[in-house]
Amino acid sequence: MDEIFLQTFWISIKLASLTTIVLFFTGIPIAYFLTYSSLRSKVILQALVSMPLVLPPSVLGFYLLLAFSPNYWPGHFLNHYFGLRLAFSFTGILIGSIIFNLPFMVNSIQTGFSNLPASLKDASYTLGKSRGTTIFRVLLPNIKPALLTGVCLTFAHTIGEFGVILMIGGNIPGKTRVAALAVYDEVQALNFGIANKYAIFLFIFSFVVLLFIYSVNREYLKWKKF
Amino acid sequence: MEEILIELHVNKKIHTNNGNEVLDVTFKIPKYGLVTLFGKSGVGKTTLLRIIAGLTNPDHGLIKVGEEIWYDSTQKINIKPQFRDIGFVFQDYALFPNMTVKEHLLYASREKETRYIAELLDVFHLRGLCNRKPERLSGGQQQRLAVARALARKPQILLLDEPLSALDSETREILQHEIILAHTNFQATTLLVSHDIEEVYRLSDFVYVIEKGKIQKQGKPGEVFTRSSIVENFK
Repeated sequence: MDEIFLQTFWISIKLASLTTIVLFFTGIPIAYFLTYSSLRSKVILQALVSMPLVLPPSVLGFYLLLAFSPNYWPGHFLNHYFGLRLAFSFTGILIGSIIFNLPFMVNSIQTGFSNLPASLKDASYTLGKSRGTTIFRVLLPNIKPALLTGVCLTFAHTIGEFGVILMIGGNIPGKTRVAALAVYDEVQALNFGIANKYAIFLFIFSFVVLLFIYSVNREYLKWKKF
Repeated sequence: MEEILIELHVNKKIHTNNGNEVLDVTFKIPKYGLVTLFGKSGVGKTTLLRIIAGLTNPDHGLIKVGEEIWYDSTQKINIKPQFRDIGFVFQDYALFPNMTVKEHLLYASREKETRYIAELLDVFHLRGLCNRKPERLSGGQQQRLAVARALARKPQILLLDEPLSALDSETREILQHEIILAHTNFQATTLLVSHDIEEVYRLSDFVYVIEKGKIQKQGKPGEVFTRSSIVENFK
């Protein structure tokens, strides 16, 4: 029993960690583009990034399931050329998680960039610094709270993810069954004690993550604004 | 005859308090000059500095610095801000909250010349504050750091956007003196934006008065600001 419990949490944590790492590195350039680009068409990307906030997870899960299926061209392409079958696999739920959590990472970092005075970037440029140097030496170090919020929210939200993973992961123990699904499963099987064990752990975990974000950001907010 | 460093003719549609206006300005700035762009707020003075720095693009025009062309709409030349030899002091100073005083100067200097950085720290009275971040500096100290940072890469041209407007009159007087000293010591051709007549008198040897998108007057401050124009300004 304990082994299954630990294994389920391990899958949850592995999924959340990988989702967060991938989104951290892809979220920064997307957020930078959305903040600083003067292209009008960027609103389309903005809307797409935020879609998972309003779209029912089952809808996203449904389309991903279709996309992963060898009967349709993306799934067929992956299966035929790379031997990848993503439906009901860990990689599949990882891709679903990455798409579903995109707004939590991107919107947090974008808020950080937007709150910085525009003159910081300009000042660095007039000092002869390239865009890359400006991003790494000036912009990112000054939005640490936003980066931290993005990382923590993405991680915590992935831990609590249910709909997308159920749709494309199929709830396979030891493979795609995460803690949030286990609660549902155990309740269905009338194992309220075990369900409670999962639930209380998720409850405390979520609370601790939010507590951490708010207390760290409170310290940063004491910074004088320039 | 004095050598001309900056030749500028630009045209840009801007949004002002009185609606849309066309900024249509031509001027020349002599090498090592200390020149002011004077005008009420919102007439496009800051836009002109930003255009020289390459941070804002004009609709068309020409900017020539020495023998180099920085912007030419007919030849489609537009040198990036990084490659224009300038130092820019922003109105809000734009100091980097993550860097200490010394880190600002090291970041800004082209080669890590410690002797030159030490000189800047001394001239701007920042030596004792080396390891402080901007949040722990007073308004006057922040302004000094902003000027020192702009000078750290030894620019040919120093652009100052109302650098003293946020300071009390006492600090302002001290810093006006320091700007003149910096101009003499570091020999950067300096272009200053201001809407304060007293500051123009103290700081500049030539002034361009901008109104309604155009240069309406130019000359030495004493010639440009007659008694009546000063009274007008305070009305």
